[in-house]
Amino acid sequence: MLSFLLRRLLTFVPTFIGVTVVSFVFIRLLPGDPILLLAGERGVGEERYAELIKQFGFDQPIWRQYIDYLGGVLQGDLGTSFVTKKPVVTEFFALFPATVELSLCAIIVAVVLGIPAGVIAAVNRGKFFDQALMTTALVGYSMPIFWWALLLIIVFSSGLGWTPVSGRISFMYFFDNVTGFMLIDSLLSGQKGAFLSAVRHLILPTIVLATIPLAIIARQTRSAMLEVLGEDYVRTARAKGLSPLRVNGQHALRNAMIPVITVIGLSVGTLMAGAILTETIFSWPGIGKWMVDSIFRRDYQVVQGGLLMIASIIMIVNLTVDVLYGWINPKIRKG
Amino acid sequence: MSLLEIKNLTVEFRTANGPFRAVDSVDMTVEAGDLRAIVGESGSGKSVSMLAMMGLLPWTANITADKMEFDGQDLLKMSARDRRKIIGKDVSMIFQEPMSSLNPCYTVGRQIKEVLRQHTPLTRSERQARAVELMDQVGIPDPAKRLSAFPHQLSGGMSQRVMIAMALACKPKLLIADEPTTALDVTIQAQILDLLIDLQKTEGMALILITHDMGVVAETVDRVSVQYAGQRVEEQEVNALFTDPHHPYTAALLAALPERATGKHLPTIAGVVPGQFDRPKGCLFSPRCAFADDLCHSTQPGKASADLGEALCHHPLKNGQPVSEEPA
Repeated sequence: MLSFLLRRLLTFVPTFIGVTVVSFVFIRLLPGDPILLLAGERGVGEERYAELIKQFGFDQPIWRQYIDYLGGVLQGDLGTSFVTKKPVVTEFFALFPATVELSLCAIIVAVVLGIPAGVIAAVNRGKFFDQALMTTALVGYSMPIFWWALLLIIVFSSGLGWTPVSGRISFMYFFDNVTGFMLIDSLLSGQKGAFLSAVRHLILPTIVLATIPLAIIARQTRSAMLEVLGEDYVRTARAKGLSPLRVNGQHALRNAMIPVITVIGLSVGTLMAGAILTETIFSWPGIGKWMVDSIFRRDYQVVQGGLLMIASIIMIVNLTVDVLYGWINPKIRKG
Repeated sequence: MSLLEIKNLTVEFRTANGPFRAVDSVDMTVEAGDLRAIVGESGSGKSVSMLAMMGLLPWTANITADKMEFDGQDLLKMSARDRRKIIGKDVSMIFQEPMSSLNPCYTVGRQIKEVLRQHTPLTRSERQARAVELMDQVGIPDPAKRLSAFPHQLSGGMSQRVMIAMALACKPKLLIADEPTTALDVTIQAQILDLLIDLQKTEGMALILITHDMGVVAETVDRVSVQYAGQRVEEQEVNALFTDPHHPYTAALLAALPERATGKHLPTIAGVVPGQFDRPKGCLFSPRCAFADDLCHSTQPGKASADLGEALCHHPLKNGQPVSEEPA
């Protein structure tokens, strides 16, 4: 197990370097001068411009800039934002909990609803529930996120007034940022109604972000279950006189989980991408919105650093998925 | 009261091309402690009839019977929930492919103890003790340690022993062994069969051995029923069956045994078992039967008398020659 982990960690190295190269090059390929953007409408004098070029190191050849950047990364320094003058790492971790909170809620909703729905559909294949679910899943999967979000806002926020339009919590409440997770902090603050307000702010973004993973997980669970339900060991389980819940939910589902875990892992990547849209629409102060803003400002360091951090998270999630495979099915456990 | 009594059992599968009759009016009576075999080619419905009794067929199966009783309980009227209290406990089943019949995700011990947890009031430590005892009983060396093995770490023979241990867990009154040795090496086959026969005697349970191997039948069981194309064509004591088969199909099967071959070439039965679309109008065996006449081709035969093995035949054989007997 240890050697497996070490081998996997080694494969992180080329991926990691690849991500630094790609993010470094691509942001520079975008037209637009970060210094001019920074200066705004007043513009900047020629002398001051040259000074800034030198200050940010843009006078160096591109490879030299990259080496300097990589050197910093290896020492844990992702650079400093041109705009806020704060270290990228500090900004990242200030905003990261908001994204994690939203993504976690979304993935929990997707898993908790998607897996049982897929199981029930597979067990009742061809019947009404199965067909209704698969049609709904197809619709959910095909829906543009931004349109779905706007639709929900129109109906539930501006129409019925049940949920707030944007933000993480009502302006009425103010408390210390302990964990960065609004649900936890609002509870810790002990202020009446704060937690409820945080929940109400979470509902719509969670639904929007969970829609696609939910549809994928339900469909994947169903097809994996259909395959497994015909296996001999499922018949054995039934021959033992076990209840359908045990036969389907335990014996069959565990074997069907491998492809499901895979898509859950992949969904984390999708969630990050989906978060960019969702966070922008709901003004959710997370990584996604931060990245979008930074790209518009040509804030090179933030874009590079943010991409690198997101890529690292996805790599770690994938590693976790690989380890889970072995835990779920001992047959594929690595030595 | 018989342990298992089945009258006129018919199983039809719904298929895209209309119903397919896998089991056709089969009768079976099993007494407590019986040792018997159901013999037939692939597709003769021998497994399906037992799976129907266990309630393990997929939802596409349509099961009808005049009577299906186990130990005095009517399986036809019973709810699925009530039937689950019987299967795995009083009647259990082992299958053809031991390697794929065990769940790869769980240890052997967990899979054995699961049956005990479902059907007995034993405590955790009692279940552990019983599982060790069972593993020992089916001849698995180092049973306590093997309980924590996963199925992929066991050979086919070992897996089948585990399946047997699992089936025996609640001391069933009836064990159905569905081709238990087909997937195993020849040497292991004999071991598993011996084990099953031993256990049948020591546990005093009834054993139904489903097989296509007449050789296996001769060595092991007391009573044999022969199935062909979903119908039970004959049933006799094993010695009587081997000396004087009454149905032409049984006679042809026995003649095809290498041990019995007299000529240079092994006799075979020409043709194949009729499928969904080529079912003959009269006797199902008539297209392949050496004795068939116009009556056989046009009219379905009834059952012959008990001394003729209830052979499903217009002209049941006696000492190898057809006798013309009207159905009883």
